[in-house]
Amino acid sequence: MSLVHSLHALDETDHSPPSRSVDWTLTTLRDRALDDQISSIVREGEKVLDLGCGRGDLLVLLKKTHRIRESGVEIEGEAVSEAIARGLSVTHGDLEDSLASMGDRAWDLVILNQVITVIRDPVAILSESLRVGRRVAVTFPNFAGWRTRFQLALRGRLPVTPSLPYQWYDTPNIRLVTVKDFRNLCGQMELKILKEAFVGRARGGGFRPVSAWPNLKASSALFVISK
Amino acid sequence: MAHRQVSSTARPDSASVTDPIPAGSTGGSVGQVELQLVTFDGPDHILNLDGGGSLSPVTVAYETYGELSGSRDNAILVCHALSGDAHAAGFYGSGPDEKPGWWDILIGPGKPLDTDRYFVICPNFLGSCYGTTGPTSIDPGTGQPYGLSFPFFTIRDMVEVQRWLLDHLGIETLYAVIGGSMGGMQALQWGISYPERVKGVIPVATTSRMSAQGIALNEVGRQAILSDPKWLEGLYPKGDPPARGLAIARMIGHITYLSEESMHQKFARRFVNGNGRSFNFSKDFQVESYLHHQGDKFVQRFDANTYLYISRAMDYFDLETDHDSLEEAFSQCLSSFLVLSFTSDWLFPAQHSAEIVQVLRKLGKEVSYCNIESDQGHDAFLLPGHRMGDLVSGFLERLSEGGTP
Repeated sequence: MSLVHSLHALDETDHSPPSRSVDWTLTTLRDRALDDQISSIVREGEKVLDLGCGRGDLLVLLKKTHRIRESGVEIEGEAVSEAIARGLSVTHGDLEDSLASMGDRAWDLVILNQVITVIRDPVAILSESLRVGRRVAVTFPNFAGWRTRFQLALRGRLPVTPSLPYQWYDTPNIRLVTVKDFRNLCGQMELKILKEAFVGRARGGGFRPVSAWPNLKASSALFVISK
Repeated sequence: MAHRQVSSTARPDSASVTDPIPAGSTGGSVGQVELQLVTFDGPDHILNLDGGGSLSPVTVAYETYGELSGSRDNAILVCHALSGDAHAAGFYGSGPDEKPGWWDILIGPGKPLDTDRYFVICPNFLGSCYGTTGPTSIDPGTGQPYGLSFPFFTIRDMVEVQRWLLDHLGIETLYAVIGGSMGGMQALQWGISYPERVKGVIPVATTSRMSAQGIALNEVGRQAILSDPKWLEGLYPKGDPPARGLAIARMIGHITYLSEESMHQKFARRFVNGNGRSFNFSKDFQVESYLHHQGDKFVQRFDANTYLYISRAMDYFDLETDHDSLEEAFSQCLSSFLVLSFTSDWLFPAQHSAEIVQVLRKLGKEVSYCNIESDQGHDAFLLPGHRMGDLVSGFLERLSEGGTP
């Protein structure tokens, strides 16, 4: 696809009426895009906490592949029900309160999969996650991906992409971050970056790994960090 | 120990304001069941109670569903609530209009407490009036019903008697213990009193300590009984009980089991028989008529002194004070927990469950929790129409992975 064609594709106006509740199914593909990368850093039998685990798809996968001792926290009741019904250990509640009641280093790995952009205080959640976990896997949509850059720069509209599939008025993403910004934050917080992985949109509609120029090419990023 | 099998006569209906939705439960019925009795007597079975008194002999009424496995590791203990009994599932075969046991939505082949897999035991708790020794039982010392000479008992005492029953049945370890409301208090107490004997604990719509609001409501119920002239300091004859007082206690109780939303859905402001205001104090509104009906029905099946004692046992439940702190209370627990609350329950609000979960997590215990969406109020745990069953299934399945900490 040429650049002109791509831009043209981006310029379709959506005439559907504004929706008010967050439709998480819009991001199912994005939310699962880095599962293999996360899985690759998990060791057999580890204690893994997934914050904002939804229905628990990732925990089910990790239980199968690495026999982890899993736990999840989720705020949406229907997702919690689904996760517990699937045989997962999950508690219903707010991330900040839940983290506050956990002991230091209680987990080998804490996962924040596509979560830090939807919470009020990402730095506090990161700090708390690093307190309760030996290492933390963070994924987020990269706001500096070329699709978002072009939409804002050339169309003058807020980006709507497969990784950020919402209008400005219904987006759950109240924080926006780029690969560079996140690296910068890790530096400020004096964190070790143990691993980075990136994916971009694939032609078929899914996601594919990205290695070079991640801040321009990645639509989602994974950072594994520790203190 | 003496055994006998009896068929029960009086038994509670499940307190429900919503008509059961058959689609809400799948799976079959356990079919015809029998109430069983076992009496614990002799020097090994003197029950020394938290309140200082003691009891002997002690009879326990219970029902079982399903088969105990060869390795005796598939038993699930079901604990009933304030006015419940041992008849949790199936039928006695008394007639075509007979209602099934009070947790039939949960217990049966293919149901969450799957009787094809688990051996389910439901005992009537200590101090009740459905077969287990309580204030209506005959005091062997006098040949008369205990009445107010019955010693005060606590949730912990109830659990002790349940432990005797398990020993009698040859069950060392419970696969799980589950109960709602006051039954949930017993479930929590099990996890604390016998950590090594319970794999999974499922407290539903309950609390770790009775709230001031709960005690207050119980007290109004008790005062209704105590101020009924027919109460006679507890010495009322069986045929002429303090019916008004007990009915009012039940009416108050019943309000606490519902929610504003469920009452609105069921009654709104509808008048009896569609009539308008009568400008007198007869039962104008359907909700009044319903409460009176519930109160009158309750009098037919429950004993006033028993109500006093049981509500007191509930008031006295306070794990925090028993153990200095909630952390201390749960610190020795080895079980996995599934804590469940309902969004519209104002008698045992979700916050009470969330607090238990917080403490368990702090202690590093394995815990799952869901505040289940329901507009049915406290009674939701007895009713279909929400996801409680699926969650219980998932949790029990998980226990079979042996994934306890």
